[in-house]
Amino acid sequence: MKITTKFWIGLGVLVVLSPLGLLLPGHFKAGSAWGEWGANEVKGFIGYIPHGLEKLSSLWSAPLPGYAFKGWGKKPVASLSFAYILSAVVGILICVVVVLILGKFLSGKK
Amino acid sequence: MHIPDGYLGPATCGFFYLAMLPIWTAASRIVKKTLTAKQVPMLAIGAAFSFVIMMLNIPIPAGTTGHAVGSVLVAILLGPWAACIAITVALVIQALLFGDGGITAIGANCFNMAFAMPFAGYYIYKIISYRASIDSGRRVLAAGIAGYIGINVAAFLTGVEFGLQPLLHHNVNGQALYCPYGLNVAVPVMAGEHLLILGWIEAIVTALVIKYLQKHSPELLTARA
Repeated sequence: MKITTKFWIGLGVLVVLSPLGLLLPGHFKAGSAWGEWGANEVKGFIGYIPHGLEKLSSLWSAPLPGYAFKGWGKKPVASLSFAYILSAVVGILICVVVVLILGKFLSGKK
Repeated sequence: MHIPDGYLGPATCGFFYLAMLPIWTAASRIVKKTLTAKQVPMLAIGAAFSFVIMMLNIPIPAGTTGHAVGSVLVAILLGPWAACIAITVALVIQALLFGDGGITAIGANCFNMAFAMPFAGYYIYKIISYRASIDSGRRVLAAGIAGYIGINVAAFLTGVEFGLQPLLHHNVNGQALYCPYGLNVAVPVMAGEHLLILGWIEAIVTALVIKYLQKHSPELLTARA
């Protein structure tokens, strides 16, 4: 088997395992990563929302925020895991397509 | 380690976008000279690997999480400039599509994880594995140490960027405008969690893949873009 084939299989395994990145922190009741809190969480820590943070934090509305569907904050774990896997697949596909396009340009005529 | 929108002020965001421009330009120029069409799928795999490994959040004490990045491994296999491009692609997609990392902070996040980390890791690997045979254990050790130091360089920089904000931006009442935690908190937290836990994860992942490749695809440890 070619090594690239093995790598693709490895990526597939990582995709299947990816919900662990959601479930393990959930199991241990771990919150957000340090410095990646929502504006209200920050208010809970320091008593106010920094003005610039409040303005900028809603600047961008990502289509799949936090590797889930919009408004899925309170969904059951199974649905969130599904969204997580789907996000991993979508993310990987787009990474691959973008790099293949860039690569066509970057690898030139060699 | 993905700095969101609103945590860095405009000066810091602008500075790192400006810093990344020549780096991205150099990366594309250098990679254009060296990358062969056959290596493009590996580059795509590198970007995809980094993307998905960063989704694997690991709970760490103090109620927070973190993750490995994978950029040192990509740098060892494809060279630091190609790694810079692959990790940039992953980070931009994470920011735009998934809101993981802010769009105003893409410059800073790329500087930390797509530039500082792969370059630091790559050269540490080169130094430690200097003249080591392809199948030598020193190469595996070098990969592990490079992964550990690489992610810690990125984490330290992230801590400094967070921590500078209260100094740079506050109102007359002394309230922070962006990240409210100074260097005395941000640097020890970011450095601590990566020195104690996440660095080891990065080290193990990097070393194990290199060990696997020594057996199954040693040619990848010699050829490099």
